[in-house]
Amino acid sequence: MTKRKETAGVLSQEPLAPGIYSMWIRTEIARDAAPGQFISVYSKDGSRLLPRPISICETGEDRLRIVYRIAGKGTREFSAYRAGDPIEILGPLGNGFPLQETEGKRVFLIGGGIGVPPMLETAKRITGAKELTMIMGYRNSHMFLKEEFEAAGRLVIATEDGSFGTKGNVLDAVRENGLEADVLFACGPAPMLKALKAYAAETGMEAWISLEEKMACGIGACLACVCQSKEVDSHSHVHNKRICKDGPVFRAEEVEL
Amino acid sequence: MNLSVELAGVTLKNPVMTASGTFGSGEEYSEFVDLGSLGAVVTKGVANVPWPGNPTPRIAETCGGMLNAIGLQNPGIDVFVKRDIPFLKQYDTKIVVNVCGRSTEDYVEVVERLAEEPVDLLEINISCPNVKEGGIAFGQDPRAAEAITKAVKEKAGQPVIMKLSPNVTDIGEMARAAEAGGADGVSLINTLTGMKIDIHKRTFALANQTGGLSGPAIHPVAVRMVYQAAHAVRIPVIGMGGIQCAEDALEFILAGATAVSVGTANFCNPYATVEILDGIRAYMEQYGVEDIRELIGAVR
Repeated sequence: MTKRKETAGVLSQEPLAPGIYSMWIRTEIARDAAPGQFISVYSKDGSRLLPRPISICETGEDRLRIVYRIAGKGTREFSAYRAGDPIEILGPLGNGFPLQETEGKRVFLIGGGIGVPPMLETAKRITGAKELTMIMGYRNSHMFLKEEFEAAGRLVIATEDGSFGTKGNVLDAVRENGLEADVLFACGPAPMLKALKAYAAETGMEAWISLEEKMACGIGACLACVCQSKEVDSHSHVHNKRICKDGPVFRAEEVEL
Repeated sequence: MNLSVELAGVTLKNPVMTASGTFGSGEEYSEFVDLGSLGAVVTKGVANVPWPGNPTPRIAETCGGMLNAIGLQNPGIDVFVKRDIPFLKQYDTKIVVNVCGRSTEDYVEVVERLAEEPVDLLEINISCPNVKEGGIAFGQDPRAAEAITKAVKEKAGQPVIMKLSPNVTDIGEMARAAEAGGADGVSLINTLTGMKIDIHKRTFALANQTGGLSGPAIHPVAVRMVYQAAHAVRIPVIGMGGIQCAEDALEFILAGATAVSVGTANFCNPYATVEILDGIRAYMEQYGVEDIRELIGAVR
């Protein structure tokens, strides 16, 4: 799994919902990418120095897809790229979800907001689970990637405004539908991950969660994106694991949220 | 064509080094660049004991720059000596260990531990703006800077470079203080203290409130200070601050720097160090410069 920076090419771009874009990129990085990993995308504007870490939504042999939210000037720039445009990317970065942990088990894949996209390739790569339930939480009826998830298996939806599925969050949807599992993988906002960590501890589930933090280098050198860890980290021998390199996927009980 | 330079009695194969804190101890970037092609690797600051650093968020992007308040997270000298020095020894490059501390005793302890280790130079960080004690306290007062330089020099087994802060009124005075304390060189600039406000959350962008500004936004300030320092002292000067490309590095050399350190540019491009080195070579070819030493301080 060699990391590299390359000038890749945009294959297509389309809006999926207000402020949410989907971009397919032709890149050799796709060959080594695992679900739950991310890429760093560089701005073409020299005043924006730092690459934006964006999760990988789907991979094909020589292409990968990112689905991202416009969060500022950098991602706004990316949203204007069109087919044929060059795009500078670095990857694949970080560690993905431990797919082997799903073998023969009942599995929850949980995504919230812009944490939804990485669960798609994860869903597609889980083949030996006893049962797979995907629970996706959205703000409203702009349920991006819904059809793709439906094609991958059982999908349960929660919307904050109640416009579709369970009104509330992903845990409300779990409870309302009386769902159960042995293992959960999740990506989403910190409050959601915190609630899922507590839920997994109560119910004795194994849980892996994908974290996010402001990053600079993306490869573990700058120590910007640390999270508090239960174990002593391998780099500084304190309790600060690097989200970009040791994560972004961690065993829930391993990290303090 | 000669690219090698003499830095405090140590010969570097070329003047391109890494800036402390942006390159770890080289391991992460060794996946992208051959560390053996660099003049030296300058490590992230190491203290006598592990430091956990500051809470997150630790960084924020600004226009043409970035703020950081990592807070000198590091594994401490024991792990560093066992793990990082042997790693770097695999490469044909010089090893510059950046040393941080909260008190004179902390700095001296690390320097003593390193005295018998196979490292080439020490860079003493008296300019980190992101830790409350030590660091910057030594870097803003010429008497304190001279005193700590003396204390470190007494125990050091390698030549000592003092890393200076730009957050001072007279950089020449600080460089002279380091020289008076017996420093073998000075390096500058560390980051400029800054602040960013998150207008949406109506709070500070960094958990530490303030952070150090780096990146191309600070390059002209750094060039001016390197020029002033180079004219204030006889010891060699290492120039850094916002180098993004070979042209930026050459400005420092022409202003009087014997070597340069590339920092934030590594985040924009993990191949930055070697590309800058290639660019310096191309410039020398273009202008028929046989020896890079002809360029050092050529602009007076």
